[in-house]
Amino acid sequence: MIVPSLLLQHAPALLLAVPMLGAFATPLLGRLGSGIRNAWAVLAMLCTLLIAVVLATEVLATGTIVYAFGAAAPHLSVPLDSGGIPIRIIFTVDAMSAFMALFASIVGFAVLLYSLKSQSRNSGQDGYYALLLLLTVGILGMVCTGDLFNFFVFLEINSLAGAALVAYRVDKGVAVEAGLKYAVLSTLGGLLVLFAIALLYGQYDALNIAMIASRMQFTLLDKVALVMLVVALAMKAGAVPMHFWTPDAYSMAPSAVTAFLVVASQASLYGIFRVVFSLYGLALDCLTVGWVLIILGVLSMFVGVTMAIPQKDVKRLMAYHAVSQTGYMLLGVGVGVAVLGNQDLLTAYGRIAMEGGIFHIINHAMYKGLLFLTAGAIFYRTGTRNLNKLGGLGHSMKWTMVFFMIGALAIAGIPPFNGFASKLMIYESVFLFNPLLSIIAMVVSILTLASFVKVFHSIFMGPKLPEYADVREVPAPMLIGMGILALFVILFGIFPQQVVDLLITPAAAALIDQGGYIASILGGA
Amino acid sequence: MVLYNLPFIAAGLLMAFGIAAMLLRRNLIKMIMGLSLVEAGVNLLLVSLGYRAGGIAPIFTNAPRDLMVMPTVQAMTLTNIVIGIATTALLLSFVMVIYRRYGSAEADVVRRLRG
Repeated sequence: MIVPSLLLQHAPALLLAVPMLGAFATPLLGRLGSGIRNAWAVLAMLCTLLIAVVLATEVLATGTIVYAFGAAAPHLSVPLDSGGIPIRIIFTVDAMSAFMALFASIVGFAVLLYSLKSQSRNSGQDGYYALLLLLTVGILGMVCTGDLFNFFVFLEINSLAGAALVAYRVDKGVAVEAGLKYAVLSTLGGLLVLFAIALLYGQYDALNIAMIASRMQFTLLDKVALVMLVVALAMKAGAVPMHFWTPDAYSMAPSAVTAFLVVASQASLYGIFRVVFSLYGLALDCLTVGWVLIILGVLSMFVGVTMAIPQKDVKRLMAYHAVSQTGYMLLGVGVGVAVLGNQDLLTAYGRIAMEGGIFHIINHAMYKGLLFLTAGAIFYRTGTRNLNKLGGLGHSMKWTMVFFMIGALAIAGIPPFNGFASKLMIYESVFLFNPLLSIIAMVVSILTLASFVKVFHSIFMGPKLPEYADVREVPAPMLIGMGILALFVILFGIFPQQVVDLLITPAAAALIDQGGYIASILGGA
Repeated sequence: MVLYNLPFIAAGLLMAFGIAAMLLRRNLIKMIMGLSLVEAGVNLLLVSLGYRAGGIAPIFTNAPRDLMVMPTVQAMTLTNIVIGIATTALLLSFVMVIYRRYGSAEADVVRRLRG
């Protein structure tokens, strides 16, 4: 075995410890010089990525990994003298968690490389890298933990680091205004989550998700808790009608941060899925909850894209598209929830719909991250995000143009890019569930394409404008950051079946299999 | 019965006041005060969940096993207080920057992001 067994055994803890150490040491190393600090941040993120790869490989090979912090051995989730109750903070890394952790660290690494150059002209970079690594900690913690209160703590780390990063480039106070809005809403959302956790704890004397799931009675209080959890997390994920913070926060944050905020939002989306599938599972009124998710999804798709079309600010436009794409994920997984209780329908199309929704999460993180980074590259060279002022950049920024095209075609669902692969899965399966929903999804895709054709035309086409005569291509680290994401967009588009078989099917199966989730903590079946 | 549920009612009221303050007040500082009230409400709910009549402080070496109040919720409350301090500090520093740049901390003025 190439990987030392000690590393393998403690991979879930290291996955958080490494970026956390990286974050807190960054300001100290910043005193020695910016080169050392940047190298340190890259090293910390690279190690996190490697650990995530090791962890994901292990989970996909051997099944769910349980890690009890402070136990005699990490896999002892239920101590012998505790009477069958899991104590301690326990991480439950199943295929879904591993999948989220893997792509979050890939995007994180690309974003960090990109930041090396894109942020090099700003002050306060020590704090920037520390916050970026802390945001990574928040995301990875949210997707790996198996403990509700721990989930809340990581949600708060995620919100605080995210809000501080949104406000990072003060920009005459406007960015701070966006940061304030984001922070207030996330904190209120976080408190709602904590309130729901308190309701659950009061009834079941447990914080461990598997333990609560095994005792779930679905009383009135549980329903209240469910509503609070879903509302708060849907708000953090930027679903309509709680999406109003997204365009502000996404457009005012530095582009590299925006690309990563997309992943942070998806960690909240993961939270919804985990709550619905693993915490409540079949105790739910699946059809109702499924339809709630579907309606949230369809609203997000439609409102997002219609709000995007008239935008003049390229990042604001992309932010509304991000809201719209979140809708696809909610739609796909919502259909899966709606048929959760019915084994025949689940096999017929429910699983495919869920796989499509989950596949779309990773695809969206890749192409939307790429698009935000190209917007950042354009801003880096021209200093404006206003579509009416931009034009003719295709002559001087060829690579950026190519990357933008890849991202735009992927988001519009054009083959052979990754957006097509996941959208096709959603169209086909949702059509069997309800043809109307599928048609809405296709119409939204066409509108997305129209919107991006317009953006492409106004940024890159036309004669070279005199005010951008000396615009050059962006520096290499930024191109490499974009290149990593573009590579994944193309690879996932050409080999969708392999990716689905390798990553997505186990992730969807892990979500559906609530019994397996409970058994991995409590033992037995 | 009412007396027994009093802490829960108080927690609900605190949260309601806090949310009302966030929605109705136009001053950013007052909105953040509202957020702190919501947080206090959640903290009160958590602590009251762990209370049992006649219970004493959960110090394991001294307390008789059956008479302790629940320690877990107290730990959770403590964590939430710490998180709350960090959040409030961040929010207030945002308001300071906004006040310096805009010359006002009224929500009607702080509205440059629209559409």
